[in-house]
Amino acid sequence: MSELTGRTAEELGAAIAAGETSAVEVTRAHLDRIDAVDPAVHAFLHVAGESAVAQAAEVDRRIAAGEKLGPLAGVPVAVKDVVVTQDMPTTAGSKILEHWLPPYDATLVRRLREAGLVVLGKTNMDEFAMGSSTEYSAYGPTRNPWDTGRIPGGSGGGSAAAVAAREAPLAIGTDTGGSIRQPGAVTGTVGAKPTYGGVSRYGLIAFSSSLDQAGPVTRTVTDAALLHEVIGGHDRCDSTSIDAPVPPVVEAARRGLTGDLTGVKVGVVREFAAAQGAEPGVVAAFEAGVQTLTKLGAEVVEVSCPHFEYALPAYYLIAPSECSSNLARFDGVRYGLRVGDDGSRALEEVMSLTRDRGFGPEVKRRVILGTYALSAGYYDAFYGQAQKVRTLVTRDFTAAFEQVDVLAAPTTPFVAFPFGSRTADPTQMYLADLYTIPSNLYGGPAISVPCGLSEGLPVGLQIMAPTMADDRMYRVAAALESTQSPRLADQTPEVTA
Amino acid sequence: MSVATTDLADVLSRYEVVLGLEVHVELGTRTKMFCSCPTTFGAEPNTQICPVCLGMPGALPVVNAVGVESAIKIGLALGCDIAQWCRFARKNYFYPDMPKNFQTSQYDEPICFDGAIDVDVDGKPVTVAIERAHMEEDTGKSLHVGGATGRIHGATHSLLDFNRAGIPLVEIVTKPIVGAGADAPAIARAYVAAIRDIVRALGVSDARMDQGSIRADVNVSLMPIGATEFGTRTETKNVNSLRSVERTVRFEMLRQAEVLDGGGVIHQETRHFNEATGETMGGRVKETATDYRYFPEPDLVPLAPEREWVEKLRAELPELPAAKRARLRSEWGLSELDMQAIDNAGAFDLIEATVSAGASPESARKWWLGELSRYANEHDAELAELTATPAHVAELQSLVDGGRLTDKLARTVLSGVLAGEGTPAEVMAARNLEVVNDTGALTAAVDEAIAANPDVAAKVRDGKVAAAGVLVGAVMKATRGQADAKSVRELIIARLTAE
Repeated sequence: MSELTGRTAEELGAAIAAGETSAVEVTRAHLDRIDAVDPAVHAFLHVAGESAVAQAAEVDRRIAAGEKLGPLAGVPVAVKDVVVTQDMPTTAGSKILEHWLPPYDATLVRRLREAGLVVLGKTNMDEFAMGSSTEYSAYGPTRNPWDTGRIPGGSGGGSAAAVAAREAPLAIGTDTGGSIRQPGAVTGTVGAKPTYGGVSRYGLIAFSSSLDQAGPVTRTVTDAALLHEVIGGHDRCDSTSIDAPVPPVVEAARRGLTGDLTGVKVGVVREFAAAQGAEPGVVAAFEAGVQTLTKLGAEVVEVSCPHFEYALPAYYLIAPSECSSNLARFDGVRYGLRVGDDGSRALEEVMSLTRDRGFGPEVKRRVILGTYALSAGYYDAFYGQAQKVRTLVTRDFTAAFEQVDVLAAPTTPFVAFPFGSRTADPTQMYLADLYTIPSNLYGGPAISVPCGLSEGLPVGLQIMAPTMADDRMYRVAAALESTQSPRLADQTPEVTA
Repeated sequence: MSVATTDLADVLSRYEVVLGLEVHVELGTRTKMFCSCPTTFGAEPNTQICPVCLGMPGALPVVNAVGVESAIKIGLALGCDIAQWCRFARKNYFYPDMPKNFQTSQYDEPICFDGAIDVDVDGKPVTVAIERAHMEEDTGKSLHVGGATGRIHGATHSLLDFNRAGIPLVEIVTKPIVGAGADAPAIARAYVAAIRDIVRALGVSDARMDQGSIRADVNVSLMPIGATEFGTRTETKNVNSLRSVERTVRFEMLRQAEVLDGGGVIHQETRHFNEATGETMGGRVKETATDYRYFPEPDLVPLAPEREWVEKLRAELPELPAAKRARLRSEWGLSELDMQAIDNAGAFDLIEATVSAGASPESARKWWLGELSRYANEHDAELAELTATPAHVAELQSLVDGGRLTDKLARTVLSGVLAGEGTPAEVMAARNLEVVNDTGALTAAVDEAIAANPDVAAKVRDGKVAAAGVLVGAVMKATRGQADAKSVRELIIARLTAE
């Protein structure tokens, strides 16, 4: 393993800028690493070796020409396959988009390229970002570098595993109910979901439009903040994008690294702790993390979010409802898979066959659920009611943030579980998002940062902040990270094929 | 009284008709409703498209502010309230020319609601209440190839053109129109015409029914006289001329009455109007009602039009057609009856344009209600569809006024214009129809006629001026009708009395 793949993105960017190494060398080192370990990890659905090297060479040329580029120029990044890329196939982990080459780049991809980052390829995920294990990828699961018999989390398991296995120093994930944070927690990496509207959704293949948000997956909190700064900010192409400057996340992360949290008030949600099903080892690691925050000077208090128990059921009405509409366009008419068009069948039948063959079981489950929830006569009882719960949850969190600066919780109730252990009962899988869903419902930012091990597997601690106060969560997360030496993310065991 | 009206009277002796009209107005914005693609009509298929209007995975809509402004203007002109706050909604159904398989529309929160307009039906003002006017996007177009009818039935394959997908529409929905009776077909027609005239006056649409920029969905139901509950309605979709709107209502009233009289039931269904037969035809009857699963569009933020903006738009509204009609009636010095004749002929705008092009109101009215109306009737066409334009008519009249054409010659020239031979001046030149007013040639012809008819000439000399007609006829014959008969007559009398 090249020494370069062990460095943080910040270090790589600095070394490239200083001419100590080149973007091409760094890119090649990571491509070699992918060659070596990805057969075992399967984090990538597409590796764009040639174009990555070409992009890197272009960055080197610009640096040599004396151009002043950003702090991550020349640093490789892996992008979740739900984000469209003009020069790479984009499948969203689904057979229905196999071999589809988008006609445009997502805004965040454009921003990555403009900042000189090198896109290595596209990472594996549960189909259309629906799942918590990558077991619902149509292209086979990704394996957790900590234990290849276990899941890497989902839906963005590919991005998290790629970063954990040092195949990429940076990755982009998307988080609708926890798809950045839960994989981050179970792979010992840092995963941040920015404020809804903080990063453009233009070019994110929509799962649930009112909940989806892209964000960074990295090995350090500072790297996450640096990547957040590159992709964040207003975009005219996304009407829900917030027209305000990106919060000072990098500055906040650096401040957190000093290890001083004096004056910071951290809330622990009573109802989170009371919820059933969290593994004792996870609870223990979380509580140790909270104690560390106290030692760093934070004041920890208990707060209440009385409607927490309704958040998960509300989410499983809102997200499938929106998904049933968002995924309607995949019908075989204009692009992607088309099944049964042999001249003997009517259009409707071809559409049905295409969707039957093209979508996997979890996507079908949610499309059916959402179609039902939006139906005449059921709308008020399901979708309408879920929206009311969303409002109540938002009020709970707004009230909580009047008392505290940030909230802390475990990221997910359990460590990486073995393949196949939760696929039989979908609700067991849904529980993985129990603690992550509320921030998607109220739109606030949240970050998962490693806080310890349970049964030898990583546990994540989640810091949640009010909307557009993303900087607060970076500060607290960085402070926690500063107490770990070496960082948990740098302790990923070596993967063997 | 035609047979159809007799039947209608019979129907109305037993049933009351209830109408509902949904008029789709394609806005004339430069770009589409949710993306920056151009909206030019008639471009090569699939040349005005982008990831957004193609509904490509990941693409997101952004609202066209001019589209919103146009919708508000329409609402204000229809006397509607403008919502303080409203949202777009998704209307979900699968259709191959709809790229996302949902239409971005508005549902229970329309931007304009609760309006009313007065429409003129044979001189009587009829108030039509407006339920709502909302914004939505148009779909693409399917072209079914291989069948005889151009419809999907029998086609071997279909082609899709997405140039129209995402073009902004405003859908204007009336409240149920009850008590229209025998006027129902005329009210439907007058209402659609009024909407067309209003949006044209607002400058928010080119309002071309023939190009589909205004399309009407016509809802008709019958209920027994005295009933309080409306009967089941049918919806005849995409009716694209005023005349067809009127015929659709009439036909549906007759058809539904026949079904009901025979003990049958009316199915709630979508029908199509066939221009050729004048009949509506049902589609496939669906066993279940379509459930569009409307929900608020999460990709767009709510709209909250600022009150100052709305008031500014209200203050800037142009003169609306009803007001304009009253003003021009007075300027043209016409009676209400004259104006009704103009309205019935659909000639108001044409006459106005002809007057603007320089003709007198009287001459403009004469041409459009006379020769041109006759021609339109003979050819089963709308006046506005004729080859002859207001500019042509004004030019024709100026040729008459300048003495270069007689009325009779002008009618011949007009027939050439109608046949597509060119402008009046071009037709006059090509067909060599200009009045012969070269006095030398005319005097020679007069002298020749006098010499050939000495008896008649003698009578005229003796004061029997009426006898000059024979000489006029001879001169007109010699000049192949291209002389002005009145001038010829004067010339003959002057010549004979001067001797």
